[in-house]
Amino acid sequence: MASLVLITTALLFVFYVAPDDANQGFSQRIFYFHVSIAFTAYVCFAAGAWKAFRHLWKRDPRADLESYVWVHQGLIFGAMVLVTGSIWARISWGRWWVWSEDELVLFLILYLFYCAYFMLRFSVDPGPQRANLSAVYALFGVVLIPVSFAAIRLAKEVLHPRVFTLHGPNFGGWILVTYCIAQAALLVLAYTLYRVELAGKRLDLRLRELKEVLA
Amino acid sequence: MTNAEKYVTAAYCVVFAVVLAYVLIIALKLQRLEREVDELAGRTPAAEDEEREAAPVG
Repeated sequence: MASLVLITTALLFVFYVAPDDANQGFSQRIFYFHVSIAFTAYVCFAAGAWKAFRHLWKRDPRADLESYVWVHQGLIFGAMVLVTGSIWARISWGRWWVWSEDELVLFLILYLFYCAYFMLRFSVDPGPQRANLSAVYALFGVVLIPVSFAAIRLAKEVLHPRVFTLHGPNFGGWILVTYCIAQAALLVLAYTLYRVELAGKRLDLRLRELKEVLA
Repeated sequence: MTNAEKYVTAAYCVVFAVVLAYVLIIALKLQRLEREVDELAGRTPAAEDEEREAAPVG
């Protein structure tokens, strides 16, 4: 419910309150969700890595499934980043994708890396070995997040706008307020979807165990 | 509607469609789980006893 209210508020702010950007005009409005979704994807991957770390360190029996669900959320949000980013690129650069842009390519590498997480996970039978392999892989993936985030700041030739610099966000006023609301909305949405998916997965597991007992 | 407005609308529609598809998939999965729970409930010893009691005698 909170995510629904926040998303609606964010959309109202994006389309009715936030002013047009001086350089990009109306197309800049994609950024409120595009940047928020990208940050949310990073948070999901980081949360997946944290749960993976807990699995390896504390042997927390719930952590493997939680890590998997966070990575899955990150992949869904990552797909949205790629699609919304491509749409923005089409408006601003006249192309859907620019291979010379480090930020774009690194995010694609990060995305494909996590796609391979699922290939690895489902190629091993369920059990401790699968949980350990998945956890190590998720921990490796998290290293790519700061690389992806820093790429735009280290790149020599930059087409992709710098939304955040070392001195803080590159915007203020209503644009900042709208961005903060959109960011909060997407973080809450990701957490809500995570809780729902996790509950479904746990129920599925318990049902399978129960079926085996009754069989 | 300008080109920029069309693309911005498309971007937000994509986000909406992805979230909607995800919610639908989860809803379908929960429906399947509910069906399985009902099946299992019917297979428990208590449910079998109830069935036996409800059978007509004589």
